[in-house]
Amino acid sequence: MSPRSEAGRPASPPAARSGRYRLLPYLLLLPGAAWLFLFFVVPLVQLAAASLYDPTGSLSTGYALTWAFGNYPTALQAYWPQFGRSFLYAGIALVLALLMGYPLAYAIAQKAGRWKNLLLVCVIAPMFTSFLVRTLAWKTILSDNGALVGLLRDVHLLGPDGRLLATPVAVVLGLTYNFLPFLVLPLYASLERLDRRLLEASSDLYASPLTTFRRVTLPLSMPGLIAGTLLFFIPATGDYINAELLGTPNEYMIGNVIDSAFLVRLDYPQGATLSFLLMSAILAVVFGYLRRTGTEEIL
Amino acid sequence: MRISRWFAEHWVLGVALLVLGYLVLPIAVVAALSFNRPSNRLSYDFNEFTLDNWRDPCASSEMCDAVLRSVQIGFLATVAATVLGTLMAFALARHRFRGRSGLNVLIFLPMATPELVMGTSLLALFVSGGVPLGFWTIVVAHVMFCVSFVVVTVKARLTGMDRRLEEAAMDLYAGEWQTFRRITLPLVLPGIGAAALLAFSLSFDDFIVTNFNSGTTVTFPMYVWGAAQRGIPPQVNVIGTAMFGVALLLVLATSLARPARAGGQRPPVP
Repeated sequence: MSPRSEAGRPASPPAARSGRYRLLPYLLLLPGAAWLFLFFVVPLVQLAAASLYDPTGSLSTGYALTWAFGNYPTALQAYWPQFGRSFLYAGIALVLALLMGYPLAYAIAQKAGRWKNLLLVCVIAPMFTSFLVRTLAWKTILSDNGALVGLLRDVHLLGPDGRLLATPVAVVLGLTYNFLPFLVLPLYASLERLDRRLLEASSDLYASPLTTFRRVTLPLSMPGLIAGTLLFFIPATGDYINAELLGTPNEYMIGNVIDSAFLVRLDYPQGATLSFLLMSAILAVVFGYLRRTGTEEIL
Repeated sequence: MRISRWFAEHWVLGVALLVLGYLVLPIAVVAALSFNRPSNRLSYDFNEFTLDNWRDPCASSEMCDAVLRSVQIGFLATVAATVLGTLMAFALARHRFRGRSGLNVLIFLPMATPELVMGTSLLALFVSGGVPLGFWTIVVAHVMFCVSFVVVTVKARLTGMDRRLEEAAMDLYAGEWQTFRRITLPLVLPGIGAAALLAFSLSFDDFIVTNFNSGTTVTFPMYVWGAAQRGIPPQVNVIGTAMFGVALLLVLATSLARPARAGGQRPPVP
């Protein structure tokens, strides 16, 4: 260590100081990076190993790593309906969320004026209260005795015994509701930076509102749209709280199966296999999506 | 004609207000249900107005213990994640070093991984390592998924900061430590505070990761999950409403405090 100079030393540019500080960034990074490595990377490796354990083992007799790749086709065969349902429900919820979230983000960014901050607080308001408690509130809203079901029965959109609770509709509505803010916030950030003069220029050049949207607004909001879509889709696919609280076993998604594999049936190899399959499937969808939208640099 | 013109200009606002209604409605329902006396344990319908739930929010001591435990876990996880994340943010914003892009991936990945995968993989690690599940495994897990959010939040504040203020301090013969303590830290503090609040809310409300790593320890979300099968005490909605109130007050307080701070941030007039 070189002796430190007194406080009277004039400021020098970072380049000149870099010799003395070569180790500093590594010292600053070490604790956090070590934590992430130990409790994020190592567990993923452990999960991959557990997915290849001998499926005949159990928690009491212990597991042996037999590279049992057969676990994968077995798990997929047993639970492909739940797998498909996870992506189907999350996909439908995503479409609904885009239809609702885009106008909302646009209105807050471009039309709200001085109400902007208030509306933004309303968007994040659901996150102020517990995820589970607000999902349970949907049980009250969609209840068979509730006003909504009564109204839908009166206008014959639902039969006299029709219900919303314990149907796929309830699960998709819950997913849409719970993850909508994650879609709206990045979209808002993109749309807020949108230059109004570009929209005016477009309409001055005789573009219809629809053409202006398609050729100007939409392309310029693409970064926010992509980020928001991913932030919505990833947690929605892995979610099982909505399926459990608002659905029935007929609406179970892959998360419900993984939860019961680990915590009820104690079948660790199968749970790990399904978890790994879920992660690979999500990564495949995400990368496919990013490639199609042509924005690899977002990662 | 005029009506259709008006409609073309304003339909977006109309849709937006409907969607906001959809987002806010369940909160109103939670608040209403906190004043409900349910007809039976398994009923979710509004039955009768009462103040009893607010008068005695801890009627189920099991629930209040769970809330307290969530606060303890949230506090510990927040302190650890904020310290670790802030150090990393400083390194990323202020230094050049080898392995930077790899590190960025390491920080980004936990935010893009489904919670389900993080929860099950940690469980696989703890079980194979023979670590008993409970309070501390929850804390470890929460620190892990909070760190990345802290890094991103603090880094944004650091990169948005005016470096000239620090240079001015150094020009005025402040030492490095003095500059850090008197200039850098006060300017970054709001970012660190925001990151800590975010970490606490993530930890307090986490269910999925906790569910896999809690053993028999019950946090508030775990309590609600278990109670959903046995019948929810109406006091759960009191906690939900109170949480909402506290968070709203915090947001209002920070937005009121902001103009004063912005004044201090402006570059000094030469």
